[in-house]
Amino acid sequence: MNDFKPQIVAFCCSNCASSAANVAEGMKKALPDNVKIIQIPCTGRVEILHLLKPFEEGADGVYVAGCQEDSCQYVSGIAKATKRVTHVKKILEELSIEPDRIDVFNLSAGKGQEFVEVAYEMVNKVKELGPFLQA
Amino acid sequence: MIVAEPKPIKELLEMVKDFNRILVVGCKGCVTVCNVGGAKEVAILASSIRISRKKMAQEIEVEEHTLERQCDPEYVDELKDMIGDYDAVISIACGVGPQFLSERYPSSRIFPGVNTQFMGGAEEHGIWSERCAGCGTCVVHYFGGLCPIARCSKSLLNGPCGGSANGKCEISKDVECIWDLIVRKMMEQDRLDELIEFKPPKSWITARDGGPRRMIREELVK
Repeated sequence: MNDFKPQIVAFCCSNCASSAANVAEGMKKALPDNVKIIQIPCTGRVEILHLLKPFEEGADGVYVAGCQEDSCQYVSGIAKATKRVTHVKKILEELSIEPDRIDVFNLSAGKGQEFVEVAYEMVNKVKELGPFLQA
Repeated sequence: MIVAEPKPIKELLEMVKDFNRILVVGCKGCVTVCNVGGAKEVAILASSIRISRKKMAQEIEVEEHTLERQCDPEYVDELKDMIGDYDAVISIACGVGPQFLSERYPSSRIFPGVNTQFMGGAEEHGIWSERCAGCGTCVVHYFGGLCPIARCSKSLLNGPCGGSANGKCEISKDVECIWDLIVRKMMEQDRLDELIEFKPPKSWITARDGGPRRMIREELVK
């Protein structure tokens, strides 16, 4: 199981998380290459279906990286995304799939280090869970 | 609108566990408005079924389709060229939908994907509450425009009862006493004296108690 390299899809807010990614790049902090970033204008645009589709396509984990609750440019984007992630966790549970395969993180534009840490945290957590689809 | 809630996915998966070609059918009417049975929810349910089967390494084909309405034969007809390709159909319309599909396509296996709850409206996005019991004889004008049939736990026509306290019904602190609201509204309109007039017991002949209902309007029948 140690050589298992989970495929992770990350929905990242272009206002904070993506800026954090740029900061991380400037700090020469590299993201794991098995995390696929999807940049979105606001995490409030991420629908339940968007969060389910990666699993349908075989991803092992999904996360949303957005703003702090009190600093969303569109006021409530990350709050909406958080509720949707919670809902998808319930769906996964009903499907007998570990709800920890999906998560949401609050970042801010300057937190380059944290952006990379979150990616590794998710990779390690999903690695523990094992592949979503058993070979 | 008719308000419904999704059936637990686990229950739906159990219903269709023996089928490998599934059609999920939504409705663009009430269930789209209450976010339970429109095209978006069809896609979510279809995706959930695919994920579940993929997890179990089982073959599955799930097709998605949303009709204008499932309670009108002209729209139900739209499925005639495709429904035969599927061995199970999940309708996520209100309880009318799966029945209209079953009647129009008698050889198909039709499953209900939602639990129909009540006729009501949206208090705000994501919160709905009951407003009409479909009793067949509307009397809201006697009660300040509020319906004691649908909204009083006892459907009292001469209220409130002794279970009303601080504007709440005795059955739950989350249920408002409609009679409290009726009295306040009638006071505001200076019509409180109208409530003193005794309302005789309601005839339920026009309601569901008279058996299944049917309505014919000759001016519309071809």
